[in-house]
Amino acid sequence: MSGILQLHGIEKRFGDFAALRGVSLELRAGEIHALMGENGAGKSTLIKVITGVHAATAGTMELEGRAIRPGSPREAERAGISTVYQEVNLLPNLSLAENITMGRQAMWGPFIRHGEGRRRARAALARLGVEVDVARPLGACPVAVQQMAAIARALEQRARVLILDEPTSSLDAREVAELFGVLRRLRDEGMGILFVSHFLDQIYALSDRITVLRDGGYVGTWEAAALPRLELVSHMIGKPVAAAEACAAKEEASAGPRRGAVVEVAELERKGVAGPFSFALEAGGATGLAGLLGSGRTEVARMLFGIDPATSGSVRVDGRVVSLTSPRAAMAAGFAFCSEDRKVEGILPSLSVRENIVLALQASRGALRRLPRAEQEALADTFIKALHIKTRGPETPMGALSGGNQQKCLLARWMAVQPRLLILDEPTRGIDIGAKGEIEALCAELRRGGLAILFISAELEEVVRNCSRVVVLRDRQQAEVLEGGAISLRQIMETVAAA
Amino acid sequence: MNRLFSSRLLPLLATALVLLVLFGAAGAHYEHFFSARVVLNLFKDRAFLGVIAIGMTFVILSGGIDLSVGSVMACSTVLLASLIMERGWPVPLAMAATLVLGAAFGGAQGWIIHRYGIPAFLVTLAGMFLARGTAFILSSRSLEIRHAFYAKNSAWGLPLGEGLTFTLGPMVFVSVLAVAMVVAHGTRFGRNVYAIGGSESSAALMGLPVGGTRIAVYALCGGGAALGGILSTLALGSGDPTRGMGLELDAIAAAVIGGTVLTGGRGWMVGTFLGVLILGTIKTILDFEGSLDPAWLRLASGGLLLGFILMQKVIAIRSRET
Ligand SMILES: Nc1ncnc2c1ncn2[C@@H]1O[C@H](COP(=O)(O)OP(=O)(O)OP(=O)(O)O)[C@@H](O)[C@H]1O
Ligand SMILES: [Mg+2]
Repeated sequence: MSGILQLHGIEKRFGDFAALRGVSLELRAGEIHALMGENGAGKSTLIKVITGVHAATAGTMELEGRAIRPGSPREAERAGISTVYQEVNLLPNLSLAENITMGRQAMWGPFIRHGEGRRRARAALARLGVEVDVARPLGACPVAVQQMAAIARALEQRARVLILDEPTSSLDAREVAELFGVLRRLRDEGMGILFVSHFLDQIYALSDRITVLRDGGYVGTWEAAALPRLELVSHMIGKPVAAAEACAAKEEASAGPRRGAVVEVAELERKGVAGPFSFALEAGGATGLAGLLGSGRTEVARMLFGIDPATSGSVRVDGRVVSLTSPRAAMAAGFAFCSEDRKVEGILPSLSVRENIVLALQASRGALRRLPRAEQEALADTFIKALHIKTRGPETPMGALSGGNQQKCLLARWMAVQPRLLILDEPTRGIDIGAKGEIEALCAELRRGGLAILFISAELEEVVRNCSRVVVLRDRQQAEVLEGGAISLRQIMETVAAA
Repeated sequence: MNRLFSSRLLPLLATALVLLVLFGAAGAHYEHFFSARVVLNLFKDRAFLGVIAIGMTFVILSGGIDLSVGSVMACSTVLLASLIMERGWPVPLAMAATLVLGAAFGGAQGWIIHRYGIPAFLVTLAGMFLARGTAFILSSRSLEIRHAFYAKNSAWGLPLGEGLTFTLGPMVFVSVLAVAMVVAHGTRFGRNVYAIGGSESSAALMGLPVGGTRIAVYALCGGGAALGGILSTLALGSGDPTRGMGLELDAIAAAVIGGTVLTGGRGWMVGTFLGVLILGTIKTILDFEGSLDPAWLRLASGGLLLGFILMQKVIAIRSRET
């Protein structure tokens, strides 16, 4: 096996902050190489150095033995490096087909052959097991389809090196399996694949070798088969195996005191979209929504938060019927919604971490009653500590944080309003294993304080672990409600899969 | 059929409908409104606005704005007049030079916008003053163009019978429109313009040539403004430093009424064509009314513009829901 991409002593500074400190890495032809590290370890930064988004402050790169120094993603692509970035970076205004073929369209003289482009896009998506109308605008597609389109785009280009930064964060199990099949085939054809994920299962299922980064530094590279999980985690967090054990240990679902239902959902339906749904959310309880992609998980959340209001059915809070016709109305009823689509509905990259955290709280108070600065700072500090948000300070612009840390800020924003019901749509997407535990612990604490949580996740284990009740969805309808001891991975899977 | 009525095309259909209703209502109300002469005049009067609006549409699609087009057009008319009348340049050469300078001016604005990341609004605002100032330096008064070429060509055109001709101005407008439609929809450059308007950072990460495309878009718009200037000298027989005051706003209005979204990435060349015709029809109606108070023209355009912006918003919200 030969090294196809070699990095020597890569350094990257943002101002006086060193995001990468002397990272060396060898990617071989015909291997899947996992890049691991906590949130903010420097994985995405390293990838962006390789693809020419950032210029390295020091260090050299070789592609197939020749020194390269791409000045832009365009040059990297030309050199044969194809990339899927962490945030889905595509064009919402153009069709799926165009997004996939953009810049490499089939031409007839100076003219684009749109028909051929659609055919190619359809084929590229079909390889991943996705069947959709490729003429649809990307922005109208679910996040998972967008992510698949980004992957299809990268695969469509016959590259020598394929880089995937958390490509599976919003895919469900079936889609992940499909993707992995394709990746293994490409590896066997001799492609070098660099893969980032926080899912340890996926890392072990897929990768041949693992490189770990910590705080921008290179920790080491191991054969995946020779690196026990606990050891991997201990390398990532930089603590001995015992600490890693505690970190990886599953959080027991510590149900808070039950105080009866706060929110009762009855026959809630949005005509032609999803429903009807009937379930109760208790103070101190966590209710999970489980189901395949497109089973209506997010639709339920959007109905409850008044983004896409229900057309029939009712919602009662403390016995009183509330009308959820807009997010404002939902917030007034004490609901908070942490969306899965953090790029569009979530973070404001140019505002500071503090401003991003207090945003929802400030909004709920109205424009005139400004939160005093001292209080804002105290809040920001509390959450930065509680969630271990890795930032240089509360005044750092949000855009300078790593993907996982942005996600934590978004959670903090909604936790700060101290809602009655917190709707979490994929809250742990892109979050490292340590922080996942912290977020789950924080949720448990909030529940002890009497908060009700609606928990949505594509990761069934997570649902099982955290929820005292699980509503299983199938085909945009409620299939079953499981409670207490009846909740098991197997039971959910069976219901989900039932025809 | 369902596709046609999908929300994406709705603004375009609405624009076409408004044009039909306006025209139909005016035709029912005024005698002689439904005549080839009225339609031809409408085209002739609006030809240079049309060419400029098409350039503007490219800029808006790319997520930018160009406030300099009115001044660049004025400057082009004066430059052309003085090259022909004072320097004695052959007309085709003078026209070519004007076009090139217009495109270069636009391209330079595009370069500054891209290189220094300054908002297009500010750069082209400065460009607007610069071009207008230059026009006045070239000539403080209107310059008449008395030249055999002009005498021959200003009335030249395809004879349509009954003493009517499809003159050069409308001809250029329609050809520019046809080319623009093909470029916007069917070439890499055109699609890159939409891409940049959709998300500049994504376009860059997708390996698309953001800088080159942006500069080309502003060069195109500057060239369009110069072409508009040339057409206006053909129609009016003079170059005038005060011409085209506020024309940039008409061009923006035409694009927006035609369904192009000001934040970029969405819109159609055909829509801009319809938008230009709507503005022209309103003008014609006011001409027929006789009480030629230009205030009404502004009022009607403003009302329409507001209506269309609101409609776009509603459609945007609707399409999110489905
Ligand atoms: N544009 C930037 N300006 C300043 N600092 C940055 C910038 N981009 C990243 N950083 C910092 O560099 C560090 C590494 O970030 P990076 O995005 O590479 O982390 P990561 O390993 O990908 O984490 P995650 O798992 O959360 O995606 C972080 O501390 C981040 O705050
Ligand atoms: Mg990252």
